[in-house]
Amino acid sequence: MIKDITIGQYIYGTSPLHKLEPWVKIVLTLVYAAVVLMLKAPAAYAVYFAFTAAAVLISTVPVKMLLKGLKPLIWLFAFTSVFNLFLTPGEPLCSFRLGALAVSISRAGIKASVLLALRLTLLVMGTSLLTLTTSPLQLTDGIEKLLKPLAGIKVPAHEIAMMTSIAIRFIPTIGEEADRLMKAQKARGADMESGGIFKRARAMTPILIPLLTSAFRRADELAVAMDARCYGGGKRTRMKVTHAGRRDAAAAAVLAAVSAAALIAGII
Amino acid sequence: MIILENVSYTYNRGRPDVCHALHDVSLEIPDGSITAVIGHTGSGKSTLIQLLNGIEKPDSGRVLVNGTEVTAKDTDMRALRFRVGMVMQYPEYQLFEETVERDIAFGPGNMGLGESEIKERVFRAAELVGLSGEELKKSPFELSGGQKRRAAIAGVIAMEPEVLVMDEPAAGLDPKGRSAVFELIRTLHLKRPDMIIIFVSHSMEDVAATAERVIVMNNGSAVMNDETGRVFSRGDELKTIGLDVPQMAVLCSRLRKAGFNIPEGIYTVEAAVENLKRVLIND
Repeated sequence: MIKDITIGQYIYGTSPLHKLEPWVKIVLTLVYAAVVLMLKAPAAYAVYFAFTAAAVLISTVPVKMLLKGLKPLIWLFAFTSVFNLFLTPGEPLCSFRLGALAVSISRAGIKASVLLALRLTLLVMGTSLLTLTTSPLQLTDGIEKLLKPLAGIKVPAHEIAMMTSIAIRFIPTIGEEADRLMKAQKARGADMESGGIFKRARAMTPILIPLLTSAFRRADELAVAMDARCYGGGKRTRMKVTHAGRRDAAAAAVLAAVSAAALIAGII
Repeated sequence: MIILENVSYTYNRGRPDVCHALHDVSLEIPDGSITAVIGHTGSGKSTLIQLLNGIEKPDSGRVLVNGTEVTAKDTDMRALRFRVGMVMQYPEYQLFEETVERDIAFGPGNMGLGESEIKERVFRAAELVGLSGEELKKSPFELSGGQKRRAAIAGVIAMEPEVLVMDEPAAGLDPKGRSAVFELIRTLHLKRPDMIIIFVSHSMEDVAATAERVIVMNNGSAVMNDETGRVFSRGDELKTIGLDVPQMAVLCSRLRKAGFNIPEGIYTVEAAVENLKRVLIND
């Protein structure tokens, strides 16, 4: 169950989306998310949805994978959509009484709830596309480049990037470890699936304590290994130096054009 | 008796990194035996033994342990796990209690035994693995590596299971720790002759010194399942799948080829010494 965490899951590929410069990709994703939040008219949504679908196709990421990312959000979708459906004011299409509550559904309510669900879907899909097509290493690389201008005000850009990449790198390792420990303690009859919330929380100690000890041990070992290779003893250079190129400019231009079209569609 | 019938197991089904860990494995392990499982990394050894207490479920096929069908839907898994003790790789990493004594008591406590019974079992297990009363009062984190390993093994032995499964019980220990672990397996076999003991090992010397039977895994299939002497007499086949035979087996087969009168199936130091003495004195 812990192995199913999909945070930072990356799918190897050679699509144009994979090859974009990481920092450009991060910026474009931010712009994309901002525009999604500004969309108003259904036509604008249609334009953006088509654009997102095209990006997914280009990325060669299995659609199944993307849908799996949407699954945990289904309750959020349902919740917000239902609220919008009932609570948006407007001319009622139909109304009925639920006990003491007068409930009515308006055309505006249906529209608002559908658009909200669409907006959330677009947001999740767009951002998932970033992590699915960018390896954790590239991501931290991009973050480091974006933070670099802040080095002037003493923001330790490289250290932040390094810490992030180590943290991401250890998610699967610690997940596997937790899985192993769970198996080992279940083999000794540990019961983590029954009882109330407090009993279950207490039942987690046989896993959490060894997990914490091993996390500290791993951190210690990693620190020693980094020290042994003289990490931090001067300015570091990269093995692979990448630059934003024509491809990135083209991607930015496409996003700008589509966003402009969508926003204009909203105004007209 | 343990019976596996046409068992297959696949990791990451339906993903690009799919891995067929076990492929149509059928085998039997007799009562009261010490069986070693050998095979190189990724041959399916660990997956095979994890099927025995139902921690992993096969995709197809049946697993039976002393008459209980592990793969049946209505099997009480928790009850089964008390009967099939499992010592995973590096079991010392699972120690968590304040004292060694309480850690060993975790399994028996989960079984719902009475306090005096638990205490008795903890002391019996501790004595068997060679932990003193003083060490029982310590925190598990104060013990040495070898002691931690033995404490973790005691935690499983204290459940007094019918089947004891150990995944590389001596991995990462120094020579003294290694021999202590295998000495423990042999002692346990003498004290509980009906218990089925199964262990995974990479050291052919340890297998030769301890196991009565050997299962050889290769690419997810059980290619041999026989008495230790019979398995080690097929040294050439073992070599082609990247495994070794014990040094004594190599020595004896070379001497035999050189014309000395040494029978097949000699693989322990003791038996080799006996035969060499006989050959040298007679000639």
